[in-house]
Amino acid sequence: MAAAPPFRFMGCIELLENLGVRAQDERELVEFLRQVPVGSVFHHTCGYFLRHRIFVGPYANDFATWTAVHLGDRVLGERLAVVDPFDFADLEQLREELISIVSDHLGRLRAPPRVDGGEPFHFIQSHVVEIPTGLEARTLAEFRDRLAEVEASAIYYHTVLARARLGRGAGDFAGWLRGSLGREDLAAAVERADPYLSSLERVRSRLLDLLDAALDAGAAAEGRAPAAPA
Amino acid sequence: MIKIDDYREVAPRGTVDLLLRLADRVRGRRFLHISATRFGGGAAEVLQRLMLLMSELGLDAGWEIIGGDTEFYATAKAITAALQGEERVVTEEMLEHYLERNRASGGKLPLEADLVLVHDPAPASLVADRPAGGTWVWRCHLDLSAPERRIWNFFRRYAARYDAAVFSHPGFVPHLPIPQFIVHPSVDPLSDKNRELSRREIRTILDGLGVPLDKPVLLQVGAVDRSRDPVGVVNAYRIVKKHHDVRLVLAGGGGDGPESGEVLAELREAAARDPDIVALELPPDAQLQINALQRAATIVLQKSVRDGFAIGVAEAMWKGKPVIGGAVGGLPAQIADGVTGYTVRSAEGAAFWVRHLLNNPELIARMGGVGREHVRRNFLITRHLSDYLALLAHLTAKPA
Repeated sequence: MAAAPPFRFMGCIELLENLGVRAQDERELVEFLRQVPVGSVFHHTCGYFLRHRIFVGPYANDFATWTAVHLGDRVLGERLAVVDPFDFADLEQLREELISIVSDHLGRLRAPPRVDGGEPFHFIQSHVVEIPTGLEARTLAEFRDRLAEVEASAIYYHTVLARARLGRGAGDFAGWLRGSLGREDLAAAVERADPYLSSLERVRSRLLDLLDAALDAGAAAEGRAPAAPA
Repeated sequence: MIKIDDYREVAPRGTVDLLLRLADRVRGRRFLHISATRFGGGAAEVLQRLMLLMSELGLDAGWEIIGGDTEFYATAKAITAALQGEERVVTEEMLEHYLERNRASGGKLPLEADLVLVHDPAPASLVADRPAGGTWVWRCHLDLSAPERRIWNFFRRYAARYDAAVFSHPGFVPHLPIPQFIVHPSVDPLSDKNRELSRREIRTILDGLGVPLDKPVLLQVGAVDRSRDPVGVVNAYRIVKKHHDVRLVLAGGGGDGPESGEVLAELREAAARDPDIVALELPPDAQLQINALQRAATIVLQKSVRDGFAIGVAEAMWKGKPVIGGAVGGLPAQIADGVTGYTVRSAEGAAFWVRHLLNNPELIARMGGVGREHVRRNFLITRHLSDYLALLAHLTAKPA
């Protein structure tokens, strides 16, 4: 039987492209949301995790932050903020949900607020440049140690980007644990680790906790003392 | 000599390793920069260090400088000002001379490369005689959101001949029919302007500048002109001074604007009447002095009413200082409002938040710490380098 393929950690950089469209109010926001490439929807929702590794805005997606801060429409900000981009099968469905929320909100307003002294909303899309990190793992213990040391963009690539943009719904970590190591239970737990409203370092910590627990349980079952992290 | 490994101490974990890997991806592709000068201005300072780092990474990177006479540089300066919305006299003869000098430079310089990054307006018309092959990108460090119409109509013909453009902020981008990428400017944490200084070094430098450290310091660094609103800063200081015994330091050289001398005179008069207002006229190379002033400051202000990206904000945040800045240009992109400082629209707003911080000193330390981390993640030169290499990888991708 062929050995299972190793997990190869991939880092990334996102190159930002300005699309040249800017919204001054919620009507324009929803109009442009319909038109822009789906990569822009990704950038302003999921892309937040790579750009803001510390929490610098009130909400974890750009649409919510802009409507709340620059338009002063806290209600729409809250309604957009609660949309979890990982709840959708693909980015088109996410786009539809965002459009639906803004349209519904507009239907209830007499006069939607305009940017007054604040910034217009600039639509951006990102181009991902993949960078092999050279780190790879063949066992659960190796995987744990490489995950602890890898640059944070690799966490983004394998959890956020893989799921939301590359069509690998479970995320790469869960996919490898399931497909190559046959660890269905652990894969399911990793898949459930919620990246939304968190930071890449927090996601890393949560995953390391899960892996440590699995390694300890494995050691206990074999009658060995748990291994100290490398 | 500073090495790429030295940045491991200051950049986010894993950044240098990622840069080494990214360099592997683009090795063998030639990356050429073209500008009007190798010295002067923050962009040139950072590019000097970027070139050293690219060379150390084993990349084939070059930097060419165009030639020109006094009239060429005067015209390029006028075009630059007009593209930023200022009214300047630029005649047809001046524009023809500008084009002719760049044609002459283009004939002499080796312009073959996989990616050619042409910085700012002065060399931009070189694109008219670009050699076959290679991707040409215009790197504009200016805010072109409201250019003077006639000069923009002239200049746009050349800008549109590039394959793409790079701007510092989405709000600076004019209408152009080519892809536009965003690369923020950056802070070099190991330069004289930003490196760590000992308390003794800071004290010695401030003694030399005649700035005592006996009370909290409010600092604004920048050219003395109306766009940076130093008079508004003095007014904000006066409101604060009723409640807090602070010193205001305004440090910078004269601006380019015709009203600069007038503003300087107002500041000198204010300083003559109040010993706690210190107006320092610093030369352009006063890197260590600015570093020491920022480190000695309690709160840094950048109360601009019009500005470019203003990377000085990130420089102050790198030194752990909360920044109160005008809500213009690139300042809101750097100041996370209420987290790393405050954006304001008036002298009163600036005074309010200065008082708020002085009354809640724990906030000063907290915001300063978050601001430094914000800069570490988003505005260090290592991120700038990775953006440029990503541009090289993306725009010169070889078909699989």
